[in-house]
Amino acid sequence: MLTPVLSRHWDDPQIHTIDGYESHDGYLAARKALAMDPDAVIQLVKDSGLRGRGGAGFPTGMKWGFIPQGDGKPHYLVVNADESEPGTCKDVPLMLANPHVLLEGVIIASYAIRAKHAFIYVRGEVAHVIRRLNQAVKDAYAKGYLGADAFGTGYGLDVIVHAGAGAYICGEETALLDSLEGYRGQPRLRPPFPATHGLYASPTVVNNVESIASVPAIVLGGAEWFGSMGTEKSKGFTLYSLSGHVKNPGQYEAPLGITLRQLLDLAGGMRDGHQLKFWTPGGSSTPILTDAHLDVPLDYEAVVTAGSMLGTKALQCFDDTTCVVRAVLRWTEFYAHESCGKCTPCREGTYWMVQILERLEKGEGTEEDLTTLLDTCDNIFGRSFCALGDGATSPIVSGIQLFREEFVAHMTQGGCPFDPIASTVFASAPPAGVGAR
Amino acid sequence: MPLTDQTRAAAREIIARYPKARSALLPMLHLVQSEEGYVSPAGIALCAEELELTKAEVAAVATFYSMYKRRPAGDYHVGVCTNTLCAVLGGDAIFDSLKEHLGVGHNETTPDGKVSLEHIECNAACDFAPVVMVNWEFYDNQTPQSARELVDALRGGNPPAPTRGPDSLCTFKQVSRLLAGFDDGRSGEGVAAGPATLIGLDIAKQRGDDAPPYSSPPSSDDNDADSGAADAREG
Repeated sequence: MLTPVLSRHWDDPQIHTIDGYESHDGYLAARKALAMDPDAVIQLVKDSGLRGRGGAGFPTGMKWGFIPQGDGKPHYLVVNADESEPGTCKDVPLMLANPHVLLEGVIIASYAIRAKHAFIYVRGEVAHVIRRLNQAVKDAYAKGYLGADAFGTGYGLDVIVHAGAGAYICGEETALLDSLEGYRGQPRLRPPFPATHGLYASPTVVNNVESIASVPAIVLGGAEWFGSMGTEKSKGFTLYSLSGHVKNPGQYEAPLGITLRQLLDLAGGMRDGHQLKFWTPGGSSTPILTDAHLDVPLDYEAVVTAGSMLGTKALQCFDDTTCVVRAVLRWTEFYAHESCGKCTPCREGTYWMVQILERLEKGEGTEEDLTTLLDTCDNIFGRSFCALGDGATSPIVSGIQLFREEFVAHMTQGGCPFDPIASTVFASAPPAGVGAR
Repeated sequence: MPLTDQTRAAAREIIARYPKARSALLPMLHLVQSEEGYVSPAGIALCAEELELTKAEVAAVATFYSMYKRRPAGDYHVGVCTNTLCAVLGGDAIFDSLKEHLGVGHNETTPDGKVSLEHIECNAACDFAPVVMVNWEFYDNQTPQSARELVDALRGGNPPAPTRGPDSLCTFKQVSRLLAGFDDGRSGEGVAAGPATLIGLDIAKQRGDDAPPYSSPPSSDDNDADSGAADAREG
């Protein structure tokens, strides 16, 4: 049921070192790929059916294939390591444990798209991940895997680890490119797409960490092997991140199409005495689901059919102690804080929705407020440059749709019917801190 | 510490890393923050001069990003995740408790300059919730009590090691230098992975679950025409 590939050697304490990585067949895939024709590498990744693991699910090989070849311009690979979608916690532990598998994927992808420069744009708030990436790059240079003559093939590649500075929006690929160019991270209007006008207006591939880190295994195992896991349209293995009120939160690597029921069974279920109330399939930008959706296959298609999106496979599970209104307010505060301000519907809409939700949480709202919230969401969705605006509407629309009576209960009771302490992980322990001063 | 010629030399070193100079701006802002504990008007001026930008252009960038501080951060900058999942699991209680305990609010620093406090957004460690960051190192699975003990230790100059990080904690200025791209050589310290990171792998091993084997061993032939060349290289 579980298929550890990316996580296969995370329990080797030395896996983060170049020697540790090479003791588990590390860099064999890069050697193999660099002996292939670059177009054959692109074809292999196309054939594998690998789709972007950063949320959108766009076919990775097709993205590589969009790069115009023989155009005389420099090409760039940019790894999106700005993991910050609420609930998403897979790329950071992956890079902390095994930075070299990412770097090996970077070498293969750069070679395929004929890039001589690659950037790993990593969020700044994860210092030790940045150390691990820096060391991996340094050691790969020392071994001759990077630099002017990678693996003695004559192919030249330089890799730069670039730390961000705290902005969720930079996980959006065009905002990331602006940030990497030294500007405020604001999304660009598309078209033109990064494939032709990306970093420094040159052809650029932007891929998520997990997507790139999956490439070495595809090169070694082949497209058929990769496709032997997953579903027809959602192929391969992937990291599911379970968090919240589950007994054993953590990273579970499984074929696409596993269900939350199966994952919860593996994780020992929800904490004792409580039921699953609502969950996100792929971060806060994906509409919430309930226990009615436990058997939805977690692949790109089935989650859409169920009314949400697979997103980053960040399965945040909340039990019956959690107030939906509080959760939705908090996510909305996040979107308001992180809105870059470029598009009016998102900038103004998220601000006003916070005001309304604060009122509702305090029990001072009205039914009309719910209508206003949904109207505002209608005016944000599809009317902003990037997906942040769309994402901001997801928790509100799905929250009201599934739990309208709970919003109304706040009005009739004149306040929140839930005890916030009951939902904490230390709820059952002695009341920590009481009288401690 | 004021900005010096050495800061300027380091800034030029950063600029040299990039195909286009302006890409160096974010790391340069981390650099000036590593000298002064915040991005000061002098820091903005230095970046502007080195990149031939106006101070307004640099300030527009510096104020966009939440990691650049406009007032000096403490030696230890404490971030409590209060995004939904951490908040619900205890982050709100932890943040309230620390505000009261330290007597400071969001983005404020204790009068002794030791500790600054911030409520932060999701830091990609939801399986270790509730999470507290100190100088952008992980302190996983916190409670209000453990967080108060943590900040007491910080103020006492005796910080415990992060849960998943180096063997000892850097100062805010030191970590800012790391973010500017000047590595401190400490990547070998600390665990490869924390318990929650490993739990799926542990369960897979207990169950005997595994991915299907490669159709052929990694170093031998596969179904592509060029594998012979690959083998030759490996040999």
